[in-house]
Amino acid sequence: MSQIRFYGEGLPTIHTGELPGKLIVIEGPDGVGRSTQVAMLQQWLEKQGHAVSNTGLSRSPLTQPGLDAAKEGHTLGRTTFSLFYATDFADRLENQIIPALKAGFYVLSDRYFYSICARDIVRGADPNWVRNVYGFALVPDMVLYLKVDLPNLIYRVVNARGFNYWEAGLDMGLSDNLYDSFCEYQTRIMAQFEKMAPEYGFTVLDANRDPEIIQEELRAEIARVIG
Amino acid sequence: MKSHNYPGRLFIVEGIDGSGKSTQIDLLYKWLAGRGYNVFFSEWNSSALVKSTTRMGKKKQMFTPTTFSLIHATDFADRMENRIIPLLKAGVIVLADRYAFTAFARDVARGVPRNWVRNLYDFAVKPDLAFYFRVPLEVSIERILSGRAQIKYYEAGMDIGLSDDVRESFRIFQSRIMGEYDSMTPEFDFTVLDGSLSIEEQQMEMRRLTQVVLDNSPELLPAPEAHLQGIPGVNL
Repeated sequence: MSQIRFYGEGLPTIHTGELPGKLIVIEGPDGVGRSTQVAMLQQWLEKQGHAVSNTGLSRSPLTQPGLDAAKEGHTLGRTTFSLFYATDFADRLENQIIPALKAGFYVLSDRYFYSICARDIVRGADPNWVRNVYGFALVPDMVLYLKVDLPNLIYRVVNARGFNYWEAGLDMGLSDNLYDSFCEYQTRIMAQFEKMAPEYGFTVLDANRDPEIIQEELRAEIARVIG
Repeated sequence: MKSHNYPGRLFIVEGIDGSGKSTQIDLLYKWLAGRGYNVFFSEWNSSALVKSTTRMGKKKQMFTPTTFSLIHATDFADRMENRIIPLLKAGVIVLADRYAFTAFARDVARGVPRNWVRNLYDFAVKPDLAFYFRVPLEVSIERILSGRAQIKYYEAGMDIGLSDDVRESFRIFQSRIMGEYDSMTPEFDFTVLDGSLSIEEQQMEMRRLTQVVLDNSPELLPAPEAHLQGIPGVNL
């Protein structure tokens, strides 16, 4: 990673200095195949002798019980939702990602705060407010964005795990059925990613192709930037 | 901080630990409820949704300054979205023991950037009156140290390593918090009350100032008579 850089004023616990590891983020909509790609990248990097830490947007030990309980009920307000996820992200950043980077690991992050921002913004959060909330986030070495067309995304989701409540954004009341809600919700999410791509310097990959071809390109990009 | 245009009114108290603010807002609550107003009381760090996370994090000492700040903002957001704002819209008088300013003072004292924490609480509305109970540091410290056997880890700012001694750490941390409150006084129009006056004198001043606001609040929701019956210590 070399010199530490933050999007905003950063974390009070870490100021300057160097992190010997590399932070590589894989972003993209739900169902695009991120976790499969991350698993393959991990194998590839480990084969070359790099230690790899694989992190995702799974819950942190601090917030998991509370977030799970909150999602069970339907009382979570929009701002509360945003801030609870920001707490979760900060906990993982400070307690998993940064320690791994300090130890010289390659950190493969299956999503980063960009996904959370997109989710918040489509639910009505102010885009600038959310971006400022994540001013404590570390700037990754690279962000690889898997861009996909809606029909291909639907094909993948149907043939893998199927539609679910949150990935379809059913809480937003966009439609009374999972399919229509999924289409509308993911379209809006992807529009947010499109806005963020130039702003945050995403490397955009065409994810409409076979997973093997995408993997080859991911590897080439990583090799090009990180060596 | 944006002013609100709701028919309800929002009164909040701030001050360092041991400043006497909780005693005062409790008296104000009873006074208002006893006079037939519809009053709701909200306490810092009390969201049912978030409390379990905060409690576990404190117990296991899992917080960094950033996550400590974020979880308290989450708690505040839940109370704001589900209680304070809907009730202000309905015309209720809302009293809050601590408000966003507590985070501005404490989190900054922990090293969190001032502008960042102010942005977090961007959804908070400006109170109609924000009472700041100002007491000399030694007075509040004496009240806390003599009143309780043990000062809690985060309350003393032990997490940021100010001192290995809890009492010393508490002193340093509280003095930093007080510095933040003092510099916020003009920024957020705090009404400063002298916390070294007698409880009665402070309460009279608080009631007088509150009444001025209520005299200019034509759309408050009246409380049903029955509401008064169950309140202990209220003479109708």
